[in-house]
Amino acid sequence: MQARFATGDRVQVLDRVHSGHMRTPGYVRGRVGRVVRVVGPMLNPEQLAYGHCGVPGKMLYRVRFRQHDLWPEYAGGIHDSLDIELYEHWLAAQAPRTGRTE
Amino acid sequence: MSIRPFHDLGGQPAGPLDRHEHPTTFFEKRIDAMLMLLSDGRRRLIRVDEHRRTMEQFGPQLYWKLPYYERWLHSMTSLMVEKGILTREDIDARIAQIHARNTQSGD
Repeated sequence: MQARFATGDRVQVLDRVHSGHMRTPGYVRGRVGRVVRVVGPMLNPEQLAYGHCGVPGKMLYRVRFRQHDLWPEYAGGIHDSLDIELYEHWLAAQAPRTGRTE
Repeated sequence: MSIRPFHDLGGQPAGPLDRHEHPTTFFEKRIDAMLMLLSDGRRRLIRVDEHRRTMEQFGPQLYWKLPYYERWLHSMTSLMVEKGILTREDIDARIAQIHARNTQSGD
């Protein structure tokens, strides 16, 4: 399975309607983060949850978000971050940020 | 942002956390052991995703009524019935049997 994103890519979590089991929590939906690790292909949990075999699998990524981007009232440090693992079909490519580092 | 399901709690107000440790009860250990056995590599009767999905399907009323390990218990029994491994009658009959045995032994 080919990974669509690479370490360092900026991605936006899709905020789409999905009924049924999923592993994409509401607090990251619509937010922009950065891929910090391509974890690898996994069986699709949205299918496994209903007794199906989970094939075709989905690529899993570890994505890092700035806490300030997740929580508007976040009171901690500017560099504080949160890592979460997300499946490829929940991610969209986002243009690289220019002129600043995350 | 899209409407969140009731069990998606990240970032919701929760009030103060009770951080006290409490001893694990025999019941809790038993439920934990049951799930480990049902989901191990040899049996694979329950996948963690199925377990979560089943609890999410309880709906908020039942979900919030049940303590943590009772959710597990409910999930395991409904998955066994859903998969045709046990029937509700099997489970009820076994409960009645154990109940009768305990009553006889004066527990």
